[in-house]
Amino acid sequence: MSAGRRPPPRPLSSEGREGAEILYPGCEFLFPQASMMFAQCTWKCASSVLLIVLLCCVLSPPAQASKCSEDIRCKCICPPYRNISGRIYNKNVSQKDCNCLHVVEPMPVPGNDVEAYCLLCECKYEERSTTTIKVIIIIYLSVVGALLLYMAFLVLVDPLIRKPDAYTQPLHNEEENEDARSLATALTPSGPRANTVLERVEGAQQRWKRQVQEQRKTVFDRHKMLS
Amino acid sequence: MEADLSQDDCKRLVSYRTMIRFTLLPRSEKPPSLLLVAQLRSLPPPNAECNDCVLLVCRLPGRRRRGKTKKCSISPLPPPPGFSSYNGGGMNGTSTMMDFLEEPLPGVGTYEDFNTIDWVREKSRDRDRHREITSRSKESTWALIHSVSDAFSGWLLMLLIGLLAGSLAGLIDISAHWMTDLKEGVCLAGFWFNHEHCCWKSNTTFTDRDKCPEWKSWSQLILGHGEGAFAYILNYFMYVIWALLFSLLAVLLVKGFAPYACGSGIPEIKTILSGFIIRGYLGKWTLIIKTITLVLAVSSGLSLGKEGPLVHVACCCGNILCHLFTKYRKNEAKRREVLSAAAAAGVSVAFGAPIGGVLFSLEEVSYYFPLKTLWRSFFAALVAAFTLRSINPFGNSRLVLFYVEFHMPWHLLELVPFILLGIFGGLWGAFFIRSNIAWCRRRKTTKLGKYPVLEVFVVTAITAVLAFPNEYTRMSTSELISELFNDCGILDSSKLCEYVNDFNSTKGDDLPDRAAGPGVYTAMWQLALALIMKVFITIFTFGMKVPSGLFIPSMAVGAIAGRLLGVAMEQLAYYHHDWAIFSGWCSQGADCITPGLYAMVGAAACLGGVTRMTVSLVVIMFELTGGLEYIVPLMAAAMTSKWVADAIGREGIYDAHIRLNGYPFLEAKEEFSHKTLAMDVMRPRRSDPPLTVITQDSMTVEDVETIINETTYSGYPVVVSRESQRLVGFVLRRDLIISIENARKKQDGIVSTSIIYFTDHSPPLPPSSPSMLKLRSILDLSPFTVTDQTPMEIVVDIFRKLGLRQCLVTHNGKLLGIITKKDVLKHIAQLANQDPDSILFN
Repeated sequence: MSAGRRPPPRPLSSEGREGAEILYPGCEFLFPQASMMFAQCTWKCASSVLLIVLLCCVLSPPAQASKCSEDIRCKCICPPYRNISGRIYNKNVSQKDCNCLHVVEPMPVPGNDVEAYCLLCECKYEERSTTTIKVIIIIYLSVVGALLLYMAFLVLVDPLIRKPDAYTQPLHNEEENEDARSLATALTPSGPRANTVLERVEGAQQRWKRQVQEQRKTVFDRHKMLS
Repeated sequence: MEADLSQDDCKRLVSYRTMIRFTLLPRSEKPPSLLLVAQLRSLPPPNAECNDCVLLVCRLPGRRRRGKTKKCSISPLPPPPGFSSYNGGGMNGTSTMMDFLEEPLPGVGTYEDFNTIDWVREKSRDRDRHREITSRSKESTWALIHSVSDAFSGWLLMLLIGLLAGSLAGLIDISAHWMTDLKEGVCLAGFWFNHEHCCWKSNTTFTDRDKCPEWKSWSQLILGHGEGAFAYILNYFMYVIWALLFSLLAVLLVKGFAPYACGSGIPEIKTILSGFIIRGYLGKWTLIIKTITLVLAVSSGLSLGKEGPLVHVACCCGNILCHLFTKYRKNEAKRREVLSAAAAAGVSVAFGAPIGGVLFSLEEVSYYFPLKTLWRSFFAALVAAFTLRSINPFGNSRLVLFYVEFHMPWHLLELVPFILLGIFGGLWGAFFIRSNIAWCRRRKTTKLGKYPVLEVFVVTAITAVLAFPNEYTRMSTSELISELFNDCGILDSSKLCEYVNDFNSTKGDDLPDRAAGPGVYTAMWQLALALIMKVFITIFTFGMKVPSGLFIPSMAVGAIAGRLLGVAMEQLAYYHHDWAIFSGWCSQGADCITPGLYAMVGAAACLGGVTRMTVSLVVIMFELTGGLEYIVPLMAAAMTSKWVADAIGREGIYDAHIRLNGYPFLEAKEEFSHKTLAMDVMRPRRSDPPLTVITQDSMTVEDVETIINETTYSGYPVVVSRESQRLVGFVLRRDLIISIENARKKQDGIVSTSIIYFTDHSPPLPPSSPSMLKLRSILDLSPFTVTDQTPMEIVVDIFRKLGLRQCLVTHNGKLLGIITKKDVLKHIAQLANQDPDSILFN
C-alpha cells in the first residue's frame, strides 16, 4: 500500500442515523431509506400533511361557497340598437334564468321589439369563489413573506450569530475532491451527532445550504447547466 | 450443532424469508449459533417448498440493529461442480432471486449526481421485485393486501400528482393574474381581487367596460384623478417599478434558494427522462421556489410564459410524491415513468388540454413511454385538469384565459394564407433558435453570465419601459392572445373590433365583413410594433435566470402576425370582392374571413417552428378552440412551419439547449448513418493501456481499493482471470466503494489482504488467511455485450432502445473493451464535426 494514498472516503458518522432510527421507529418504518435522517423524515411527514391540508383548502371552498350570492352573476351585454346605446346588465340570477328576458330590466324597447333586441344581446353566466381567491392570495403572500424573511435571516443575522469556524467549514469542504465528497455526503446524511431537535434542524439546514451552494456553482459559476 | 437443517426447518425458513436478512456464507465456514436455530424452531409451520437448503449464519453485528430479530439466511446448495462453468450459469432463476432477497446496503444500486442510469438493470430489478411480491401474495392475507396495494400505488400516485399539479396551477394562475393587475392599480373592495373580479358586481357601461369605482389605478389612488399627463407618467412609473420589483424578487429567490428553478426546465426534464440524474433538480425547494418565482416572473410583464415551468413544477410534484411509495422511490426507471405522466399533467393544466398534454409528453418529452405510462398519463392529466377546473381560476369555467369558440367555416383557398403563416412560423422559429442559442452561448462563455441579477434587471427595465406605451404589450401576454384569437362580434368594444358598423343591416351574430374603422388601423400599427418588440425581447428573455417558458411568447408572435394577415385578407376581400379569387365564396355582405382563425393558425405555426412539435401542437390548439373544423388549417400550418424550420436548422429549441449545455441525451429522432464499428468507439483505444478489470476470485480488498483510487471509471468489468479475460459480470464503482466500506466497518476480519470474490462459493484458501469478502450481490451478472465487429448503427440503436449505460465489447469471447453512453455521444458529436468534449459531466 503506497503511503501517500488517500484513504477511501469514510462516513463521518453513522451514529446519528442510528439514533434517529431508535428514537423514531415509526418514521423508520414508514421511510426505511437509510439516507434519510430524522429532519428529512419529519419534513416528509409534515409535507404530506401540509399537502393534504392545502388540497382541502383549495378544493373545499368552491364546494361550500358556490351558492354564495356574490359569487355568481349573469352578465348581459347588449349592443347599440336603433337609437339606444349599448348597455351592460349585471344580475344575480341562477343559471337557468340567465337570459336576456330575465336580466335586462327595465327593457329599453317596446314590447314588439323585445325579441329583436334580445337576439343581439349576449348573456353569460359566471361563477367564482371569493374564498378561494382570498385564501390563495393570502397563502401566496405569506409564503413569499416567509421566504423573504428567511433570506434576510440568512444574509444578515446568520453570519453574526454563527461561530466563524462552523461557518467556514463548508467552504473548506469544497476544496476536497468532488467525487469523494459527493460519495461521503451520500453515505452520511446525518452529519455530526445531533441530540436535540434544534441541532438536527441545524444539521439539515447546513446540508441544505451546502446543496444550494453546489447548485449555485453549477448554474452561475461554471455554467454547466441551464445557461 | 450442524450446519444443515432438517427439511422442516428449511421450509419454515423459506416462508419467513420476509423477516430474514440474507447474508450468504459458504456452508463450510461456520456453524449456526444455537440461539438462532432455537428461534427458528419456534416459528409456526408454513407451506412453502424448499429442497436442498443450508442454513447459514447471519453476520450482522448486533450493535447496529439492537432489539430486533436476529437475521439469518438460507440459500440453495451450490450447484454441482461443472454446472457452474460460466460462473453461476443462468442469470435468472433461484440465484438471482436469492441475491435479490438480500437486503441491499443503503446506497448500493443508487447513482451519483450527474450520472446516467442503467435502464436495463433498473427494469430487471423491478421485475424481480414484482415477481417476489406476486409469489408471496399467495402465502398470507397481509401479503395479498400488500401486493394489491403495490399494484394500486401507481394509480394512487397519479391521482395525487394530478391533484397537486392542478392545485399549484390554480395557485399560479390566480396569483399571477392578481399580481399582473397589481402593476396598474389596486382593488379597494378587497386587495386580493384582480381587476376583473373587483368589478364583478358593479354596473359598468358599454363603452368603458374596464372602469368601475372599486378599482383604482395608482394615479387615482395617489393623485385622486386618473386623467392628464402627470397621472400617465405616474402610472408609467408605478408599472416599471412593480415590474422591476417582481423580477428582482424572482431572481433573488432563485439565486438564494434554488438555482435549479430557473429557465424553462423542459430540456433538463427531457434529459432526466432519458436517464440522467440531476440531484435536487426535482426537489422540494425547486418546487417551492419555481412556483413562487414563476408567478413573479409572469406578472413582471417579461416576455415569458408559464407553460414550460408548469411542466417542471408538475414533474417536481411527481418526484416528491414518489417518495411516498417504495416501488417508485427505489427504482429510477419506474420513477421516470411517473415523471413522464407528470409532464403530461403539467401541460394538461397549462393549456387546459389533457389529451394534448399526454401527446406532448409522448412526442416531445418522454424517452421511454410504454402503454402503461400512456394510460397513467391520461389519468394524471384528467385529474389535473379536473382539479384546475374545480378551482376555476379565470371565472369562465375554462382552464385557460385564451379559450376561444367560433365555428365559422373556412374556404379551401384560405389554405394559401395559412401556409404563408406556416412559412412565417418556420422562419421565425429558426431565427429565434439561432439567435437565442447565440445569446445563450455568449451568456455561458463571456462575462455576461457573471451578472444574472443585473441582466434580469436590465431586461425587465427595457421590457417595461417599452411595453407600457403600447396597450397590446402592456396587457399580459395571455390576455393579448385571448384578444387576438377573439372573433370580433358586434358586442366587442376593443379597438381591434372598431369596424364601420351598419346596424340596420345586421341580424344577430351573423356579421358580414366590414370596412375597418380608424380603431382597427391604430390597432394594426400598434400590433406591428408589439410584434417587433416581442420578436426581439423574447430572444434575450428566454434563458435568463428566472423561470421562463417559451410557449406563450411564441404564440403571441404568431397570433399577432396571424391577426395582421387576417385583417389584411378581410379588408382585401371587402374592397375587392369582385376579384376572381373571391368571387366564388366571398361575395359582398358575406362573412367569409375570420381574423381570429388566422391568429390561431399563426400561433400554432410559430409554436411549431420553435418547438418542432406537430401532433401534440395541433391537438393542444384544437382543444383550446373546442372546434374540430380547424384541424386541417392547423395541420397545414404546423407541418409547413416544421418543414421550413427543419430546412434551416435541424433541431428544436429544446434539443438546441440540450446540446448547448452538453447534456448526455441520446436523440432518438435522428438516424445514425456512419459506417463505424464498435471497436472504433470502444475504450481503451489501441494506444491506451488495457482495460481495467477486476478478477472474480483473486483480488484483495487493497487491490480493488487501489484500482478505485487510481481510476475514475464508474464501473469495472469482472473477469474470470487476467489471462483468460473471460467475462463474468460488471460491477459499479459506487456499489463497490459502499460495499467495501461497509464490510470494513461491520464485518469481522475484513482487512486489506482479504480476498474479494464474486463467485457463488468461495475459492479454497489456506486456513491462516483472513476471512474473505463476498460481493456477488452487487455484481451485475448480465451485462450487455457486443462483439467488436458490430456496426455502430446497431450499437447506437441498442443504446437508444434499451437505455443502456454501458456495453462491453468482446472478441472471441474475450473481453476487449467497453462503450459507454458518453462514448457514443462523443462519437456522434465527432462525426457531426462538433467538439466531442462539449459533452459535459464526464
